[in-house]
Amino acid sequence: MKTPVIVGAAECDLGVTNKSILELQAQAVTRDLADAGLKISDVDGIATNAISRFSASSLADYLGIEPKFTDSTFAGGSSFEMYVARAYHAVASGQCNVVVISFASNQRSAKSRSLGGVVEHHTPEAQFETAYGPLFPLSYYAMAAQRYIHDVPNGRAALSEIAISAREWALLNPKAYRYGTASLTVAELESADLISSPLRASDCCLVTDGGGAVIITNSEIAKSLKSKSVSILGFGESTTNTSMTTHRDLRVTGAKQSGDIAFAMAGVSRSDIDVVELYDSFTITTMLSLEGLGFAGKGEGADFVLDGKTRPGGTFPLNTNGGGLSYCHPGQYGILLLIEAVRQLRGECGDRQVANAKLAVAHGTGGILSTNATVILGAN
Amino acid sequence: MFPYLPQEDAISAPFWAATRERKLLIQYCSTCDQYQWYPRAICISCATENLTWREVSGKGTVDSWTTVHRAPTEGFVPPYVIARVLLSEKVIMLTRLVGIESPACDQAVELSWQELSDGRALPVFG
Repeated sequence: MKTPVIVGAAECDLGVTNKSILELQAQAVTRDLADAGLKISDVDGIATNAISRFSASSLADYLGIEPKFTDSTFAGGSSFEMYVARAYHAVASGQCNVVVISFASNQRSAKSRSLGGVVEHHTPEAQFETAYGPLFPLSYYAMAAQRYIHDVPNGRAALSEIAISAREWALLNPKAYRYGTASLTVAELESADLISSPLRASDCCLVTDGGGAVIITNSEIAKSLKSKSVSILGFGESTTNTSMTTHRDLRVTGAKQSGDIAFAMAGVSRSDIDVVELYDSFTITTMLSLEGLGFAGKGEGADFVLDGKTRPGGTFPLNTNGGGLSYCHPGQYGILLLIEAVRQLRGECGDRQVANAKLAVAHGTGGILSTNATVILGAN
Repeated sequence: MFPYLPQEDAISAPFWAATRERKLLIQYCSTCDQYQWYPRAICISCATENLTWREVSGKGTVDSWTTVHRAPTEGFVPPYVIARVLLSEKVIMLTRLVGIESPACDQAVELSWQELSDGRALPVFG
């Protein structure tokens, strides 16, 4: 068995690019290869989605390669954390040697995102749910937030703190969409437009272009490269629902299962983690993941964040690039969680660098809290 | 107000037919003595295909709710309230709350109906 490691991490252009998806993908892959010190002809595995019905084939063809391994598991924003697991096994077994995990979206330039989401009329949930007019996926997260605020004292204030903290980090990241703006204030948050109550615009992720890529190879190849590698210590996942009515408790997500599996595999405890990157499609997403992963008990996440420990300089650095809320959200943010975790562990993050970061968690969620996937990475 | 006409199938047809008579049917497994929502080809507890339909009480509580302020697609006119209602038969339905000024989690609600343009009706709660 070979030991898989991550050797490259790079973003494509972010924000408003006016480029096609595959132009952005090509940028992500070539920048990633340059970061790792590899050539495109070294790539023999591809994991990607959201290009076309046959996304991996599309990207392989566009790059002019014929990979031995592909994966297009489609689980929204958690797909990329799942790809790490799939690529890990493929590299460990020797099925392939260099897997590029990549994603790009031009959703802002192309105006391809709608609040109603993509409705597949033949599915049970369309038949029994679409007719009522929920925003998709937003209204489901809104109901989770409503339940959270109903049950947990200071719940509303804590969700606001997650947005405020993300903005503080974004102000330290020159690539963040909100870089160069100002701190978020409670007054600003409370006067933002309600989209699907209690979620206001300020609780919702950005809608931007963007994406990126990471490379997984084996430790022998990694040794021959000039770039710093990062260890893959643990991963886990959970798939729970696609209907808005299947899951009984809106406050409990698959993060518990995915986190428990990942931490057991890594053999580290929650308190060992130095940097935490949690998908923040909405403020409630981050809160439920914080609790589900066991960084705070159920219902204790509110008090956990309200002392400001997740902000720059705090004891629990969270979403250190500014997150989907203030840095970049290209529809599926999961790849950018991995990129930031890798950069923090390599010490490449400039003003926002967490001192002496040795262990990082990247946790993706997809759909309507439908899928959760956790990856634990370690500095080498 | 309800511009979307649900696309029914062979499994869900009895549900939609009953809505024309304003009856709420939920799929039931007599082996498990358990209701399930949404309707499927099999019971999600024991995998039997031997499922029946039962008319239910129409009583429930609000698991959670959200007031929608933007239209998902053309034809919907916000604001309106979407909710997850936990029926006394222990299944959760997505629905709307109507005629409730200040909804709250855990409040008791009862079934009513909103007619669709083709004569079928959507179960809503208030």
